[in-house]
Amino acid sequence: MAEVLVVTSGKGGVGKTTSTAALGAALAQTGQSVVVVDFDVGLRNLDLVMGAERRVVYDLINVANGDVKLQQALIRDKRVDTLYLLAASQTRDKDALSEEGVRRCIAELRTRFDWVICDSPAGIERGATLAMRFADLAVVVTNPEVSSVRDSDRIIGLLDSKTMKAASGERMEKLLLLTRYDKIRAGRGDMLSIDDVLEILSIPLLGIIPESEDVLRASNVGAPVTIANAQSAPARAYMDAARRLQGESIPMTIPSARQTLLTRLFGRRAA
Amino acid sequence: MTIATRHPRHSFRFRGRNFLALVLRPALPVSQWLGELDDWLVRSPGFFNGKPLILDLAGVGLDRGGIAELIGDLASRSIRIMGIEGVDASRLDASLPPLLTGGRTLGAVEVAEAISPAQATAQANPDGKSENKPAASDQAQPATAIAQLPSQSRQLPSLLIETPVRSGQAVINPDGDVIVLGSVASGAEVIAAGSIHVYGTLRGRALAGAYGNESARVFCRRYEAELIAIGEYFKAIEDIESQLRQKPVQAWLAGGELRIAALDQPEKETGTWRKSS
Repeated sequence: MAEVLVVTSGKGGVGKTTSTAALGAALAQTGQSVVVVDFDVGLRNLDLVMGAERRVVYDLINVANGDVKLQQALIRDKRVDTLYLLAASQTRDKDALSEEGVRRCIAELRTRFDWVICDSPAGIERGATLAMRFADLAVVVTNPEVSSVRDSDRIIGLLDSKTMKAASGERMEKLLLLTRYDKIRAGRGDMLSIDDVLEILSIPLLGIIPESEDVLRASNVGAPVTIANAQSAPARAYMDAARRLQGESIPMTIPSARQTLLTRLFGRRAA
Repeated sequence: MTIATRHPRHSFRFRGRNFLALVLRPALPVSQWLGELDDWLVRSPGFFNGKPLILDLAGVGLDRGGIAELIGDLASRSIRIMGIEGVDASRLDASLPPLLTGGRTLGAVEVAEAISPAQATAQANPDGKSENKPAASDQAQPATAIAQLPSQSRQLPSLLIETPVRSGQAVINPDGDVIVLGSVASGAEVIAAGSIHVYGTLRGRALAGAYGNESARVFCRRYEAELIAIGEYFKAIEDIESQLRQKPVQAWLAGGELRIAALDQPEKETGTWRKSS
């Protein structure tokens, strides 16, 4: 049975789309069949990060409204066979999504994939609540700074009240993905420590993704960071998180960039 | 040369206060209902004496004359009505009791005197619908205060929250204490008629004694609150000494002042010690 996972945060710009793409690709790279679904109707980005922006013909709205078959809207990744994208519409707004349409669409995706990963828009309005509505599991993406942590806390409250799972009296599992973590700045006290964030949010930790130029570089070439540079620190962190999602127990480490003799001699690699 | 004299001025302070009232809900036909009321009053004379009563007219479509007549009929039975609900404001005029809205059903209301429970229900709620709502529901519902059966077990007035209170959430207990086992997040709010106990970190707002109970207190295991209030006194975080932050503290009212102290030194005042003369 498929696992439906929502990647959410409340605050914008913390790395939801990057994490959706990276986790989706990481899961697909282990042989699982994965679809990443962009719920950010009107401000879609996941297609860019997945490098599929020129291949979008039909989108989530078309499927939810029953205009086209799911098969027509799914875009297969050119690098990883088992990875698919269902894009959002860029020309509509979030009110174009109906709850019934989303329910039908998610139900159909469940029958075809091992993992359905929903990329939530920022905010707490309709788009965000619809993205989380039918999920089994939530990944809460948080940066180690106070505004992001408070917004995540707000989202966790909504996950506990607005999801189908919560409404039917079940417990909604919520996992923390701490992104843009900078060991040096945290050591200086410039950002919240991991313990602070965990103490405030009190949900289990899925992974810690270090701040890295590799993430931006991967977005710019239109590839999830786990595909663009599988050896980079953030890619290894996402890989670990994906394996934890599959039930493996992996010790929590914060990967750092590997320094080879050459990079040490010649300084940083060119972007 | 003029000298301005200052007349002593009274300052007017308006305060909100909650009271509990019984709601009487007549049924159609009104004459028959009055007859049943008479029978009941024979068995429980003086039941309504000194009790604040609200008339809920939602079940009977009376016009202005009808309402006035009903109020007169009740007055002739020594039943005084202090307010009316469940009708359009246009049907009332200045000679009639004022219209009330936004009533909220409360849990346990002690009503028993010399009456049997069955009679109390029959009268307080003549259309037979049960309106008992659980105490401490945190949404204000447009409902009415209903006398509950004295034989019924009373709801526990304190509200126990076993999960963290997240940012944007509000926990309200209009009947008693609130106990939170987790933390109260920044941007969350806990409001209680009684005291507030937080066994995690208090980062949000805690408003104890919200309905005027000045003996209410706030306790927390780790104090980082945005605001603590008891009754109408409050302190925001900048008013509080930083040495108390992250400590277990309690807050209470003493002599019209909100005091906050570490929990291990209960009744000691914070601040510099001054010798009392």
